[in-house]
Amino acid sequence: MAEPRPVLEMTGIVKEFPGVRALSGVDFRLFPGEIHALMGENGAGKSTLIKVLTGVHTLDGGTITLDGKAVRIGSPLQAQHAGISTVYQEVNLCPNLSVAENIFIGREPTRAGRIQWKQIRKEAAEMVDRLGLDIDVTAPLSSYPLAVQQLVAIVRSVGHGDSDGEGSGTKVLVLDEPTSSLDRDEVLELFRLMRRLRDEGVAILFVSHFLDQIYEICDRMTVLRNGTLVGEHMVADLDQVGLIELMIGKALDQLEELHEHQLRSDVGETLVKAEGLGRTGGIAPFDLEIKKGEVLGLAGLLGSGRTELARLLFGADQPDSGKVTVAGKQVSMSAPNDAIGAGVAFCSENRKTEGLVPDLTVRENIILALQASRGWTRPIPASQRDELVAKYIKALDIRPANPEARVGQLSGGNQQKVLLARWLITQPKLLILDEPTRGIDVGAKAEIQKLVVSLSEDGMSVLYIAAELEEVLRLSHTIGVLRDRKLVAQLTNGPEITTSKILETIASGEHQ
Amino acid sequence: MSATTKTRTAAEGRTASKPAPASAAARLLGDRRLPVLVTAGLFLAMYIGGLSRYQNYGFGEPQVFLNLFIDNSYLLVAAVGATFVIMSGGIDLSVGSLIGFTTMFTAWLVERQGLPLLLVIPLALGVGAFGGFLMGYVIHNFEIQPFIVTLAGLFLFRGLCLVISKESISISDSTVSSMAQTRVSLGLGELSIGAIVALVVLAAAFYILHYTRFGRRVYAIGGNEQSALLMGLPLGGTKIAVYTVSGFCSALAGLLFMLYIQSGDPLHAVGMELDAIAAVVIGGTLLTGGSGYVLGTLFGVLVLGLIKSIIQFEGTLSSWWTKIATGVLLCAFILIQRAMTTRKQT
Repeated sequence: MAEPRPVLEMTGIVKEFPGVRALSGVDFRLFPGEIHALMGENGAGKSTLIKVLTGVHTLDGGTITLDGKAVRIGSPLQAQHAGISTVYQEVNLCPNLSVAENIFIGREPTRAGRIQWKQIRKEAAEMVDRLGLDIDVTAPLSSYPLAVQQLVAIVRSVGHGDSDGEGSGTKVLVLDEPTSSLDRDEVLELFRLMRRLRDEGVAILFVSHFLDQIYEICDRMTVLRNGTLVGEHMVADLDQVGLIELMIGKALDQLEELHEHQLRSDVGETLVKAEGLGRTGGIAPFDLEIKKGEVLGLAGLLGSGRTELARLLFGADQPDSGKVTVAGKQVSMSAPNDAIGAGVAFCSENRKTEGLVPDLTVRENIILALQASRGWTRPIPASQRDELVAKYIKALDIRPANPEARVGQLSGGNQQKVLLARWLITQPKLLILDEPTRGIDVGAKAEIQKLVVSLSEDGMSVLYIAAELEEVLRLSHTIGVLRDRKLVAQLTNGPEITTSKILETIASGEHQ
Repeated sequence: MSATTKTRTAAEGRTASKPAPASAAARLLGDRRLPVLVTAGLFLAMYIGGLSRYQNYGFGEPQVFLNLFIDNSYLLVAAVGATFVIMSGGIDLSVGSLIGFTTMFTAWLVERQGLPLLLVIPLALGVGAFGGFLMGYVIHNFEIQPFIVTLAGLFLFRGLCLVISKESISISDSTVSSMAQTRVSLGLGELSIGAIVALVVLAAAFYILHYTRFGRRVYAIGGNEQSALLMGLPLGGTKIAVYTVSGFCSALAGLLFMLYIQSGDPLHAVGMELDAIAAVVIGGTLLTGGSGYVLGTLFGVLVLGLIKSIIQFEGTLSSWWTKIATGVLLCAFILIQRAMTTRKQT
């Protein structure tokens, strides 16, 4: 690629939050017609850099130059008018409106103040068509799965500024972890759209925790660590190992160690036993045994019933049939309280909406479950509490290591660790982890996986759900395979079990 | 090119990632228009029930139907204002007080100060809109719950009524009484000026909500406020405007109420905000915002009005049965809403 002038240059960007210097003098540039990955561990400053660029945060120092002109971006609206559009991890559209309206809202064509609905539907259909998507633009957005909603969000952002005369067309498209909740086909669809936009000359900034995806789609990458710039590389010039070393700032021993970890072969007696447990519309009745100290991994596609199975075991949904015994005693599992009482802990996949209280401090969040299990009339003594919290902050390496920090301000990986700490502190017998590594970086991922291994060695049983098969394979003694809301097979992990074997089982739906 | 890159048809896309709504019943339950249809159906059923029961007492007269509009004109206007607020995800508790205040304010200006009605009307509307604007301003700029701010408005306007006068002021102004008595013939029956104003307000609200940018922003903010902000929609302006509209509608409802009852009284329309909210909810608008139709609000008001008429025709029932029936309906409709929203989440 000939080196043209960058469409976007950010120089010496500084951003400070109370007590934290999130970005110190970061340079970043983006060329037209390229897909550029922004890499770094959680807390490295990726999100902050993006938020500065898109006007969510105001910058404390440095300059932003767009098309050779210095710009000040004070709000998301100004960013859009300048030609910088963003699609966030969570789809930021209005599910109650139609697809066409979501694409156009805020810049609807009007005549004498009257919205021209026909024109909107026609143009929206054309835009969707031009980008090679097949979506009925008159249907409400909520009738489509998340993946399609994400594509609609992209259509909206790239269409912005084309028709209203106020903007100048999208020059920069920022995609902040768009793939974290998509399955493989959906990701391919997204990539097709990204390539098409790139070929039209749009500069795309792409953030993803999936390294394979970065290597599949990106041309160039910028690596951040601890709020500083580590370097800018062409993707072709840097292999994955080199990239990870740049991101975490040390060699890969930590990860290798895990790869070579031998699974403990001796697991104890049966801890949790489910017989004929099922729920209509959730998951077909299944039998499952989890032994003491065993890691049971669940593999299956998104929506195959992994989470539903876990929720039944935790009493978050009521089963229609079957029974659960924990350590030989039958438990009613009609509410999470029963499960907690029986020593089951559940880390949900939606840590933001179903787990953490963002406005409370790290300490308060960690202590929540333990306090609940003691009852509110018996507060934990302050000294014991502070000691426990300090111990887990240290053990899990939660950053910043400040028990008074508000959880909402922590990065995704650290939030996940806080959630883990909360449950670990209650010393459960069975720990259910639903996608604990989703949306967090390689380093934190490895730490959490290592933690799972050591917990199992200490005799805790773990039910582990992850989208990445390698992860499940690496950690689990037994792998439960789900397909179409049915537990179709339980494979005992061993040398003959590979990811392709699991994939075959998922695809064929039977144990071979 | 575009044809070759199309990898999934709409049908495939749905079956691949999300099971298509299976039965016709499920599809119907997912339709946003369902609550309005249910309310319209309920109204029709009640009307037919009334016809069969009170046929000999003149229930079938077209005028009985038209009287629903005449007797509830003020409630319809107030409920239209409340629809804007609820659609945006907010709530306005100051409606009844503002109506009461407007009756007092106009009666006092016309009767005690001798100002001409034509001057007082725009003044009263301006005061109402300004009151709504202030509440919206406080709600947006200080990020305070609408519930609390409009509760303050409720007390403030009720208090202001009593500052003007502790006594009721009856209106003997000739313009007022001639306006109140004017009837416009429709052939089958007649409508009052108040009813016509209310229908015009309804039509205007429908147009605004569906054919202007402001109206669509109200839906968007009610659907997901955070998204609306990130999509670059002017959140503050829209929210403030919504409460201004509600204040304006309350003042207009106050004027219609004054016309209907021909007096100002510090205790007029106590609790009418709750009637308005009930009408909106029965009309199918989600209390969480973002979903509903102003036409549903019309049916909500008509259902409430029809309950009153039926109880009048029944003759022996206490008028408190109106409240009981409203309570039962409200409860039923909130359960329907709940069923609809839980379906959407799964």
